[in-house]
Parts: sequence; structure tokens; C-alpha cells
Amino acid sequence: MSSKSNNNWWIWKVFWILLIVTAVEVVLGIIKPQYLVETKFLGTILLNHVFIILTIIKAAYIVMVFMHLGDERPSLQWTIILPAIILIPYLLFILLTEGGYTHFMRI
Amino acid sequence: MAVAGNSDFGTAWEGGDKPFAASYGKLMMWFFLITDALTFSGFLAAYGFSRFKYEQSWPVPDEVFTHFPFLKGEFPLFFVALMTFILIMSSVTMVLAVNYGHKMKKKQVILWLSLTIIGGVTFLGSQAWEWGHFIHGDKGAIITDEKEIIHLVNDEKEISSVYKFMGVDSYSKDRFSQMNYEQFVEKFKSQSKYKLKSSKKVVLEHDAAVTLLETKGKDFVLGANLVKNEYGHALFADYFFFITGFHGFHVFSGVVLLIILLINVIANTYERRGHYEMVEKIGLYWHFVDLVWVFVFTFFYLV
Repeated sequence: MSSKSNNNWWIWKVFWILLIVTAVEVVLGIIKPQYLVETKFLGTILLNHVFIILTIIKAAYIVMVFMHLGDERPSLQWTIILPAIILIPYLLFILLTEGGYTHFMRI
Repeated sequence: MAVAGNSDFGTAWEGGDKPFAASYGKLMMWFFLITDALTFSGFLAAYGFSRFKYEQSWPVPDEVFTHFPFLKGEFPLFFVALMTFILIMSSVTMVLAVNYGHKMKKKQVILWLSLTIIGGVTFLGSQAWEWGHFIHGDKGAIITDEKEIIHLVNDEKEISSVYKFMGVDSYSKDRFSQMNYEQFVEKFKSQSKYKLKSSKKVVLEHDAAVTLLETKGKDFVLGANLVKNEYGHALFADYFFFITGFHGFHVFSGVVLLIILLINVIANTYERRGHYEMVEKIGLYWHFVDLVWVFVFTFFYLV
């Protein structure tokens, strides 16, 4: 923190990154490029994967910079990040797979 | 990675070591946020489950959220993008408040905290507008005996308003009594350029549409509630109310916490305490609310 505390440029840098990424998402959501909509990958269109990657980039900036997790000890960083990156993809995997399955079986 | 505190093994069990080098309050806020993150993941994963299960009759979000206050016409995603901007902006003012708190600059903390509160309240107001519009509905639809949502479409296969078709003002107070389903069916029979679009996005030609209205058609669906909605599958509105409502409740709690914090800052509580760590802790919560919205924005409005 000490090197950062003299001015606030790093806050505004992250603000612009978040704003630009959001703008890119909205533009992609409106124009829906044909290639990204027609290509399917892992059960959904490529555009959705682009949205998810952009969202994770935004989330990383918010958590690491705004919430100062990047300035904490690595042990604390992993304590916070590991449960999320293990449990959430696991839950998503189960529910989305079963959602597709129940749709397929018309249950 | 250096191990914190006392290198003397003999005293490690006597307490006082801080392996995370973070205060009790900050750690507990982080642990609460992890559990809350898992709660929201559960909601969004459940949304994903239902969406995959009812893939064909699920509405396309950017056809639902197309309106902007005070403007006529369709502006898909613009309003939610504005809400996202408002929340990101209030996150920035919050970081600035935390930053000035570290430097013990009381006046700056008051300024940036106040702006954060304004951002939070603006977001809540926008959400109220969004809910109001969602509940009131836009173009209306028809529901069948099998609870399927059918939309009226014109010859260009664009969804048309059932209010306009019936010549009823959708914002008049007695709109429900003016909309008569039998009259609608009669009028539909005589206007062959209109067709119907099933919830599975299949367009029925005029004759097939008339048969459907007479055999299975039941009533109008105007707007949205927890039982049915004009946009598509009933679960869509349920998830909308539940997920954005739960997030909105977090924003509301955050605003209340920020107001208490601001009063304490003005009352010199943290000057006397010698540090502004409370600003940092509530700041963590506030950023988390922004973080959740980033995901809700993607999975509810974009995907």
C-alpha cells in the first residue's frame, strides 16, 4: 500500500478497465457477432464463453485491487480464493449437467 | 513466504501470532463474504439449471429488458449497463474513502462516503424502476391451458403488443377490464396478417393460430408475478425477483451500514480510535455487492 498511497491513479485505472470491459460486453450483447453466436462449445455458444471470461476479468480486478486482496499475505489470499474456485465450478458442473439431462429426458 | 510473528517456536502456542496479518474484524468480514459468495453461486447455478432444463421456452433476456426511462422505443441492455456503471462508480468512491481513511483525512472520507451512499441509493431507485417495468409488462401475451406463453406477432414475425391490437392504453387504470379475451379471438380471426409465436419460438401461420386460440387458448397474461409472466416460462420471473431482489437487499443493507459509518465518521469515532479500519471493513462488503452485480449482470442479462 505504501507505494500506492501517494496518489489515486491506480483506482482510476481500474475504473476505466471495468468501464471499458462492461462497454465491450454491452456492445457484444447488442450486435451479437454471427461467428460467436453460431459456434457452440461446451454446451453453449462461444459468445457466452466470451462474456464469462470478461466477467472473471472484472471480478479479479474488483477483488484484487478494490478489495486489496492483492496486498494481503498469500496464505490469506488462498484461504479466500480456493473455496470459491473449487466449490463454485463444482456446483455449476453438477447443476448445469443435470439441467441439460432433465431437459433431454423431458422429466 | 515468510511466517508471521514470532520465530521463537516456544511461544507460538501462547497466542498473539497473526499468521494472516489481518485484524479479527477484517478476517470475519472476508469469511462472511466467502459464504455469501457461495449463496449467490447457488442461486445463479439454480438459475442455470432451470434455464438448461427449459431451454426452449426460456425468454431471451435482451428481448425482455429493452426499455429506458423517459425514452420511447427499444434500447436493449442500456438501462442495466447504466445500473452497472452506477455501481462501479460507487465502488470507486468507496475505494477513495478507504484510501483517505488510511491517511486519516476525515473531511475527504466524509465526502467520498457521501458520494458512495448517493450511488447506492441511485442504484436502488433504478432497480425499483426496473422491477416496476417488469411487473407492469410491455406487450402482453396469451396463456394456454398448458401454461404455455404465446406471443402475438405481425407479418414480419416481430412480437406485437396485444394492447395495441385491442386498442387499449396499456397504462390506463382499468386496462384489465378492457382486455376481453373472446373479443381478442374474434378480432384475430379477421386480421390475417397477424400470427402467433409459441414459447418454443415457432411461428404459427394464421389458420393454425386461430385453431390454437380456440382449442387451447385461455386468457391474456399482462405483466409478471410469481405465478405467471408474459415473457416466457414462469420460473424466469421467479428467479428475476429472487436473485435481483436478494442482491437489492444486500445493496439496501450496504446503504444502511454506510449511513451508520458516515455518522460515526462525523462524530469523530474513528479519530478517537486512531484508525479508520471500519471504513475498510464496510468497504469490503460494498465491493462484494458490486462483485455480485457483475455476475448477475452477465448471467441474467447478457448470457
